[in-house]
Amino acid sequence: MSSLLLDIHGLRHTFPKADGGDLLVLDGIELEVTQGQIVGLLGRTGSGKSTLLRLIAGLAQPSDGSVTYLGQPVLGPAPGIAMVFQGFALFPWLTVLENVQLGLEALGLPEPEIRKRALAGIDLIGLDGYESAYPRELSGGMRQRVGFARALVVHPNILLMDEPFSALDVLTAETLRTDFLELWGDGKLPIKGVILVTHNIEEAVLMCDRILLFSNNPGRIIREIGVDLPQPRNRLDPQFRELVEKIYVAMTARTPNAQAGRQTTINTVLPRVSANLFSGLIETLAAEPYNGKADLPVLADELHMEGDELFPVAEAMQMFHFAEVEGGDIKLTDTGKQFAELGTDDRKKLFQKQLLAYIPLATHVRRVLQERANHVAPKSRFLDELEDHMSTEDAEHTLRAVTAWGRYAEAFAYDDDTGMFSLENPS
Amino acid sequence: MREFVPISVTGWDRLFSRWDILAVLLILGLLVFLGEASRHLFEPLADLQRTPPSLDPANLPEYAARTTLRMLVAMALSLLFTFTYATLAAKNKQAERILVPLLDILQSVPILGFISVTVVFFMALAPGRVLGAEFAAIFAIFTSQAWNMAFSFYQSLRTVPTELIEASRSFRLSPWMSFWRVDVPFAMPQLIWNMMMSMSGSWFFVVASEAISVGNTTVTLPGVGSYIALAIEQQNLKAVGWAIGTMLVVILVYDQVLFRPLVAWADRFRFEQEPGVAVPHSWVLDILRRSRIVDRTMRPFAALWRRLLLPRHPDNVEAIKRAPRTRRGWIAFQLGLIVFALTAVASWRTLHFFTESITLTDVGTALLLGLATLIRVVVLIALATIVWVPIGVWVGTRPYAAIVVQPIAQFLAAFPANVLFPIVVSGIVAWKLDPNIWLSPLMILGTQWYILFNVIAGASAIPAELRAVGANLRVRGWLWWRRIALPAVLPYYVTGAITASGGSWNASIVAEVASWGDQHLQADGLGAYIAQQTDAGDFHRIVLGIAVMSLYVVVINRLFWRPLYGYAERKFRLD
Repeated sequence: MSSLLLDIHGLRHTFPKADGGDLLVLDGIELEVTQGQIVGLLGRTGSGKSTLLRLIAGLAQPSDGSVTYLGQPVLGPAPGIAMVFQGFALFPWLTVLENVQLGLEALGLPEPEIRKRALAGIDLIGLDGYESAYPRELSGGMRQRVGFARALVVHPNILLMDEPFSALDVLTAETLRTDFLELWGDGKLPIKGVILVTHNIEEAVLMCDRILLFSNNPGRIIREIGVDLPQPRNRLDPQFRELVEKIYVAMTARTPNAQAGRQTTINTVLPRVSANLFSGLIETLAAEPYNGKADLPVLADELHMEGDELFPVAEAMQMFHFAEVEGGDIKLTDTGKQFAELGTDDRKKLFQKQLLAYIPLATHVRRVLQERANHVAPKSRFLDELEDHMSTEDAEHTLRAVTAWGRYAEAFAYDDDTGMFSLENPS
Repeated sequence: MREFVPISVTGWDRLFSRWDILAVLLILGLLVFLGEASRHLFEPLADLQRTPPSLDPANLPEYAARTTLRMLVAMALSLLFTFTYATLAAKNKQAERILVPLLDILQSVPILGFISVTVVFFMALAPGRVLGAEFAAIFAIFTSQAWNMAFSFYQSLRTVPTELIEASRSFRLSPWMSFWRVDVPFAMPQLIWNMMMSMSGSWFFVVASEAISVGNTTVTLPGVGSYIALAIEQQNLKAVGWAIGTMLVVILVYDQVLFRPLVAWADRFRFEQEPGVAVPHSWVLDILRRSRIVDRTMRPFAALWRRLLLPRHPDNVEAIKRAPRTRRGWIAFQLGLIVFALTAVASWRTLHFFTESITLTDVGTALLLGLATLIRVVVLIALATIVWVPIGVWVGTRPYAAIVVQPIAQFLAAFPANVLFPIVVSGIVAWKLDPNIWLSPLMILGTQWYILFNVIAGASAIPAELRAVGANLRVRGWLWWRRIALPAVLPYYVTGAITASGGSWNASIVAEVASWGDQHLQADGLGAYIAQQTDAGDFHRIVLGIAVMSLYVVVINRLFWRPLYGYAERKFRLD
């Protein structure tokens, strides 16, 4: 099949852990990219989708499985695969023109050809007049245009985009997306296929022909969703909304602890969500117009949050039995509604009750402290325990989450200088 | 508010933990060390000459303790200097005008030349006593530590975020409080880094300052430095080896016991915490923090410290009002008058000093010799650049290599060139080489490492995304060096090269004259000139030599390094 650009088969990737073990980040990835497609990799932060992009680019090698590009295995940075970076990755000491020329120089092209192609690329992407500017003189949007031009002038077959719009403000990002889609639709871009990594559901629906949903820890493709809507797409189109809703449902359904709120164990990786955010969200949900129940995409839109930011909060609220998440909806429980009614001190008491009832790690910390004669225990004691079941980083995050909750609930105290948990509050 | 109950009262399950024992040992060790090292300070100088230092390695622990004590006392003085001088410069516009350039010049004065000038002064201060010689040595070490610390502090004070300043104003903190609560904490991480650099740098001068000779007077203070000097005089290679080993141990010890805890502790003062940067750790700090005895002992001191920070008149708004404009003008006028008077007296004295015995020919000779040294410095820096920049980039882009190489380079930077004299002098004599060329490498021996470790730092600071772009676009070979690696390390390289160049000038005083036992070699240059005049005890020409060398350093800094640095900062800084 001549139109097959990229073929990924049985790919698995691990990172070495501090204790010598391996942490699985990608597992069982199967992916084919054919000519003329924009493929979206959609998932939450830490789902390994950016890692997958780097494996495709040949910047790293998979632990297992194969990446085949145009029938050849990818064993290092391959010609014909170019990448656009989230943080633009422009060289501050090179002008716009020099940044764009860099890839062409690396190809060893003759000087006039380099110049011709670079200027054409700059013209195409709308950077005329900025050739001699340095990146620091440009706005974020213009910088990312340079990033696009630099990747396009080498005439890659596949363009890899690693959350290219997420560092930009809403309006600039939208302009850039529209411009890109227009050029792509008109066949003006010298590329045959695009892989876009994003955590923004609407962006994926707006741009992609196929969307692959990734799960967390380890990253697996849990679902593939085709988007048949004609370009240009309208965000307000009912079909568009329906697709967004469908993806929300799919993603909340598969959120690891979502359906398993009651089964939070001592080894569950806890999301770091501040108690303030809890209160704020519960209040919002309890008030008009939601009255205790909201559609997650609508809520995300209202709060100017992306799904990626909202999921952990929803997940945590579910763990505390303050809310239930189902089918893309979030609904306050009676406890949640009660919480919204209370004043600060009573909220703390209720929070403590829920914490000790439903977060086994918090209960564990408190029990250990109570059992010890001096009521203190070092952080490392719990960290070691957690690290048997999760990565060092997750263990650190989880313990910090529980520390913050424990402090808010006044269930236990922690002194960062000594690294000691204790039962006494210096209040 | 409930009374704070110390943990040592509430937790009584065990009286001592093992952390306590370790902490007691550490602190006892420190006390013994201080006591031992300062016991002999007040003995008459004659005693000192009766018991000259011996090359017995058994003496080395004591010598090492004394040398370290000198360095630490100098460090304390440097801190005192930093807190007063730099603060005045940063807070007072009138003072700033004179203090900053003054510091810049002081920084350019060859410290090794300083020693001979000051030794007489300090000996006179405490005549016939070891203390005078000790003062002179400590002062020499101080001058090798203080300037960059003061500069760093001054720069930090000037960049304290406006928000913090406004917050401390709105809470009406007194200047004394806001100094300790805002300024010092903010400047701390940078200051500690500079203290470490200063400590490294001062080793070179320890060797020179412990065996001070001016004219016929030779004062030898017991220490690692004088031990090395004696070993060289007696051509004892084994003793040189012992001394190097001792230095290595001392450097490792104060790194672990002093600087690592400081760095780990000061981490809390970093204003912006970048994610992903590893938090520094120190086992000593962990012990001290966990120990109950330390906790209990420190408590009264902490309370005292807090009381010191309290404002005298908490409700007196007038107290923190600035002086009225007219009075400020009057103060400025007075200050100006004082500076003017001081300058006038200084110039008159200087003129008098030089016209007494120095002719234009002398000045010409010094300038010409300075040119010879300049050529050496330029050539050597160029050579060091060609060698170390590629190596530094190679190491810096490989994190594991950087972890190994970085501390080695820092140790080598502390390494006094004198230690290598034996090899060089024997080599030059054996092959009948020209000392004008072959003595020169000694100048850069200790200073080239600044280029290396700055380049390593620069290369490892290249963001992962930028490296990924290079790989993705398959930028390789010379194009990679030209477009990515060299520009990325340039600001770091320039910083390193400035230090290396300044240090090489300084080192020329030691390096252009080398001896091994009774073999003496000498190159033509300003460094040799100063060394000779010191031997002869000719104060006028010592001062002339130092002045000319300072002039060279200042002029080169202003005309070459400063513009280059500004350019590199503007164009190549990753932001």
